[in-house]
Amino acid sequence: MIRTPLRPLARILEARAKGENPDAIERENIRLRHEESHDRARTRAESRLFILALFFFCAFGTVGIRMGVLAATEPAEPRSAASGVQILANRADIADRNGRLLATNLVTYSLYAQPRQMIDPEASARALVEIFPDLDVERLSRQFTGERTFVWIKRRISPEQMQAVHDIGDPGLLFGPREMRLYPNGALAAHVLGGAGFGREGVHSAEVVGRAGAEKTFDAWLRDPANEGRPLQLSLDLTVQAAVEQVLEGGMMLMNAKGATAVLMDAQSGEVISLASLPDFDPNDRPVPPTSGDPSDSPLFNRAVQGVYELGSTFKIFAVGQALELGLVTPETMIDTRSPMTYGRHRISDFRNYGPQLSVTDVIVKSSNVGIARIAMQIGGERQRAFLDGLGLLAPTALELAEAPGITPLFPQRTWPEISTMTISYGHGISASPLHLAAAYATMVNGGTRVNPTLLRNSNPARGARVISEETSATIRAMMRGVVEHGTATLAEVPGYAVGGKTGTADKPRRDGRGYEEDKVITTFAGFFPAGAPRYVLVVTLDEPVETSGPEPRRTAGWTAVPVAAEIIRRAAPLLGVRPEIEVGEANGVTLARN
Amino acid sequence: MRAFLSVLAALAVMGLAFWAYRENYATQAALDEVERLEREIGNAREALSVLRAEWAYLNRPDRLGDLAELNFDRLGLLPLRPEQFGSVDQVAFPPEPGLLPMSAEPVDVIGTEEPQE
Repeated sequence: MIRTPLRPLARILEARAKGENPDAIERENIRLRHEESHDRARTRAESRLFILALFFFCAFGTVGIRMGVLAATEPAEPRSAASGVQILANRADIADRNGRLLATNLVTYSLYAQPRQMIDPEASARALVEIFPDLDVERLSRQFTGERTFVWIKRRISPEQMQAVHDIGDPGLLFGPREMRLYPNGALAAHVLGGAGFGREGVHSAEVVGRAGAEKTFDAWLRDPANEGRPLQLSLDLTVQAAVEQVLEGGMMLMNAKGATAVLMDAQSGEVISLASLPDFDPNDRPVPPTSGDPSDSPLFNRAVQGVYELGSTFKIFAVGQALELGLVTPETMIDTRSPMTYGRHRISDFRNYGPQLSVTDVIVKSSNVGIARIAMQIGGERQRAFLDGLGLLAPTALELAEAPGITPLFPQRTWPEISTMTISYGHGISASPLHLAAAYATMVNGGTRVNPTLLRNSNPARGARVISEETSATIRAMMRGVVEHGTATLAEVPGYAVGGKTGTADKPRRDGRGYEEDKVITTFAGFFPAGAPRYVLVVTLDEPVETSGPEPRRTAGWTAVPVAAEIIRRAAPLLGVRPEIEVGEANGVTLARN
Repeated sequence: MRAFLSVLAALAVMGLAFWAYRENYATQAALDEVERLEREIGNAREALSVLRAEWAYLNRPDRLGDLAELNFDRLGLLPLRPEQFGSVDQVAFPPEPGLLPMSAEPVDVIGTEEPQE
């Protein structure tokens, strides 16, 4: 580059000749030089700014285009997300304690029609009615030929029916997949499972919603994908439940009863092994709840949980247990049992007169109302109420069934008069469900710790709060064993299993609320086995039974509920793996040895 | 030296581009394979659940009870009773081998008459 000198000699000389200041030329040249470098710096800065602007434009352009693309595309699962969760069935299975299926899902199809696409609506309607006889041909053809663009025909169809509809060959008849709840065991444990139905429904899928029972209680759990398809394991035992239901059904027929219920419970953990209520229903095809009449006559009514009955003499154990615990009596204390006993205008009398006095043990064994009323008077109303509350007999049970939380026992709410103290001691004036009774009996016999019934399998249960002492519990067990050995429940004797228990026969209250029915009773047997170290508690309740094999009809629990309970124990105990204590035959010459 | 480095860089870019291209297509293929397998697993699970439901349905206590009753003469199955529990004392020792020759077809050594036709 050619630099112009700041003081060019030619111009200086010229300027000197003209008498001008040559410094002006130098200043002029310096100025020009400055301007030049200034211009250079500006162009450079401009080009830098331009490149930066271009860069920012590209960056923001990319972000903008990406946003536009994201907004415009359909949402899709990331392809590389590794998991099998989305291929699992929607609703978890329900299994029994040994993992056998109680409820599962099955993919079926629903059938709908788009009349616009139909070729021969009339003929299709006729063909459909041939496949599904419950459809009405007139109504179908009216729907197919009318204004409608969409008609539901069937919610669930079987593969055979689907093939038959395919064979009609009408393009307007279409299928949508449906996941359906299946109860493979039919009516077995129907009241526990409840049933399920469709919630929100679309063409391609439908929501399965629990309608009652465990399906409703655990609805959120069963739908939760976080469980990764693990089944819900209940405490029920399928084989025991089947045996109990079979025996109970036979017993109900033999005893001409209107209804029957049985609760078999683990005495330590409160796990419900079997819960049966008859009459029952098929949860695959759950009937519609009745809109009129007595809801307790419907097969949907769960007698074991919803049926609140006066359970009669089975309650005597609680009064005696409390009196023993308080140290008011011993099993040998003699109690005045002159019958009838009068209190104000009330008379309390026994089934038959048991003489002037009985020991506390005999009051239980012979089931004397008068004797137990006198013991209850010693305890007093306040303490009795607190004790029954401690057993859980005054509040809804914690059982995980949709029906259970609403079932509160009936008892004198505000005051607890003395006459109630007496009647409640023998199970009148207080109504509870058989499930309440089973839990209370489990508490009484298991060593005296509170048992909360549960439907969930629980391998290491926590001990509940102590209600009575170990010794009192053992005394109570011995008394109830006496009831079976030589008392009101001798028919409950099952060889090999030392059964203990207590019977209860209570008159049914009249529907209009005025006193009691003449010949209608609720009979109950509440028992446990083996008596030495109880593992299971069984409560059997029959509604309006009458045993007619003798010369006159017998309605007491000893003749109705007890033999049914005995047969249940005979069938269920071996299945539960309870080893009978049977006198073994002649030993075969084995000498036990060890080295 | 500089020119050599530029050529090397250009070659490296081409090589990497080729590698990235191949990897991209291999990933796509693997994802397709995963998708296919997942569909297969889904179908297998569905079939499995149907089979499990069918197994549970065929093994429902009602049906087993009826079958045991139908085939009573062959199987002789009865509900389990408490009397069927035993203790180890009651089990007989097996006969000592060699003492009693076991014969598949017992020979009648007493009867002398011809069997009636």
